[in-house]
Amino acid sequence: MHSRQNRALRAAGGLVADEPLWLRCLLIGASFAIVGGLILVPLIYVFVQALGPGLHTYLDNLWRDPDTRHSIWMTLTVAPIAVLLNTVLGIAAAWTVTRFRFPGRTLIVTLLDVPFAVSPIVVGLMFVLLFGMQGYFGPALREWGIKIIFAWPGLVLVTTFVTLPFVARELIPLMEALGADEELAAVSLGANPWQLFWRVTLPNIKWGLAYGIIQCNARAIGEFGAVYVVSGRIDGETYTMPLRVDKLFQEYNMPASYAVASLLTLMALATLGIKLLLERYIAAQIELDDQKQLESQS
Amino acid sequence: MLSLSVRRSPLPGMGLGFGVTMTYLSLLLFLPLGAVVLRASTLTPSGFWAAVWSERARAAYALTFGASAIAAVANMGLGLLLAWVLARYEFWGRRFLDALIDLPFALPTAVAGLVFSGLFVEAGWYGQFLVPLEIRGAYSRLGVVLVLAFVGLPFVVRTVQPVLESLEGEIEEAAASLGASRWQTYSRVLLPALWPSLVTGFALAFARGLGEYGSVQFVSGNMPFKTEIAPVLIVQRLEAFEYAEAAAIACVLLAGSLGSLGLINWLQRRSRRHA
Repeated sequence: MHSRQNRALRAAGGLVADEPLWLRCLLIGASFAIVGGLILVPLIYVFVQALGPGLHTYLDNLWRDPDTRHSIWMTLTVAPIAVLLNTVLGIAAAWTVTRFRFPGRTLIVTLLDVPFAVSPIVVGLMFVLLFGMQGYFGPALREWGIKIIFAWPGLVLVTTFVTLPFVARELIPLMEALGADEELAAVSLGANPWQLFWRVTLPNIKWGLAYGIIQCNARAIGEFGAVYVVSGRIDGETYTMPLRVDKLFQEYNMPASYAVASLLTLMALATLGIKLLLERYIAAQIELDDQKQLESQS
Repeated sequence: MLSLSVRRSPLPGMGLGFGVTMTYLSLLLFLPLGAVVLRASTLTPSGFWAAVWSERARAAYALTFGASAIAAVANMGLGLLLAWVLARYEFWGRRFLDALIDLPFALPTAVAGLVFSGLFVEAGWYGQFLVPLEIRGAYSRLGVVLVLAFVGLPFVVRTVQPVLESLEGEIEEAAASLGASRWQTYSRVLLPALWPSLVTGFALAFARGLGEYGSVQFVSGNMPFKTEIAPVLIVQRLEAFEYAEAAAIACVLLAGSLGSLGLINWLQRRSRRHA
C-alpha cells in the first residue's frame, strides 16, 4: 500500500528528491528494452517457430507423434505426484517447526533448503548410485521386480527432491507470522486434530499453500537435468516434455521441438496468471486481517 | 531424550509432523548424499585426484563458476535498475513489466535454452546482426553467460524490489534538506540500505547458475576445454559406467555450491550488521 502511495506521490511531482524527467524516461526505456529483449522476444519467438509451418502441422507435431503424446502424459503424471508428496512434507515440516520449540529446529529449516544448492545432475547421480543396477539397492530391488532407475518411479523421486523446498518455504514464514493463538483456542474448546487442521489451520494458510504449490508445480514440469540422468531416455516410456524438446532438437526436428516447447511455455504463462491472482487474494486477505485487528482493538 | 528439553505444547501433531519430516529428509536427503560420498570414497586418493583435477575438469569448473559469477554480477546491475523503476515510478505498462519478470521462474529452462540458441545463431533474429560483429551468443561461452543471466534475472529484482518499496520517501527528503546532493543521497543513503538485498539476490542467482544444466545444454555445444560445464563431465562418466569418478566430481560440485552458499550467507550477515 505504502509503495503505491509513494509512487503516486512521485508521479505528481511531490517529492523533492525525485529524478529529473529525462532520467526517469531513460531508466524506464532501458527497463522495457531489457525485459523486451531478454524475456518478451524469446516468448514470441517460441510461438513464431512453433506455428511457422502452419496450424495443421503444429497440431500434428503435438498429437500425431506417439512419443510426444507419451511425454506429455508422463509430465502430467510425474509432476502432480511430486507436488502432492511435497505438499504433505511442506505442511508437516511447517507445522513441526513453527508450532513447537525443540533442539535442531533451525537445522531442519536449513536442511529443507539444501535441494536448492544441489545441481540437478548431481541429484540424478545420487539416485542412480542408490537404485541403479550398479547402485547400493538396485540389484536387491530388481530381484523383487521393482525398477526405479530408467523408469517412472525414478522420475518421481528426482522431481520430488528438486522441488522439495517450495511448499515448506512458503508456509514456514506464513505460519510463523500467523502465530498459534487461533489453534490454541480451538484445542482448548475441544477441537480434535482433524477439525483443527481442516477448520482452523488450512483456511488460514490456503492462499500461501496454493502459491507454494503453483511454484512447486512449475519447477516440477520444467525439471531437466535430474530427470535426464535417471530417465535412460527410452522412447515412449521415460521421456518427459523437456526431455522430448531436447530429443527433437538433437534430431534437427525444429518445428516439433518448438511445438512441445510452446506447450511448456503456455503452462508457464498459466502459472504466472494464477500467481498474479493469488497475490491479489493474499494482499486482500492481509488487508482484511488488518481491518479485523483494528476493529477488535477499538 | 527430546522430551526433556521440549516445552510441552497443547497442540497435537508434534510426533507425526516430526516423524514425517525426518523420514522424508532421511530418505530423500541424507541417504542420497551419503551414497555419493560413499561411492567417491571407494577411489584411491590418487584416483580421486585424477578424476576431479584433470585439465578438462579444471576448464569445466572455471567455466561453471566464472559464467555463474559474471551472469550474477550482470543481474545485480539489471536487477537493481528494474527494481528501481518498478518500485518508484508509475508509468504505462508497469504491471505488464512486473509480471513478465517472473517468467524465467516459471519457464522450463530447456525452453529458454532452445530459444536462446535459435535467436543467436547466424540466421537467428539476434544473430543476423550480432554474428557479423563477431558476437556469438550461441555455442560459445557468451551463450552460457546469456542463458544463466536469463535464468537468474528475477532473483535480484524480487529481493531488492520489496526493500526499495519499504524505504520511506522521507529519508531521501531529509538527506536532500540536509544539503546532500542527489549523488550523495544515492551512494550514502540508498545504496547502503539496499546492499544486503543486492548481495542476497547475487547469491541466489549465483547458486542457481552453478547447478543449471537444462538451458546450458542447448546453447553451449559442449566443446571440451571451451564450453563444457562441470555437470556435463558427470553425465559423461555415468555414460561410461565410471560411477566412482562421477561421484568424485559430484563431491567437488557439492562442496563448491554448499561452500559458496555458506560464504555468501556469512557475507550477508556481516553486511547486515554493518548496514
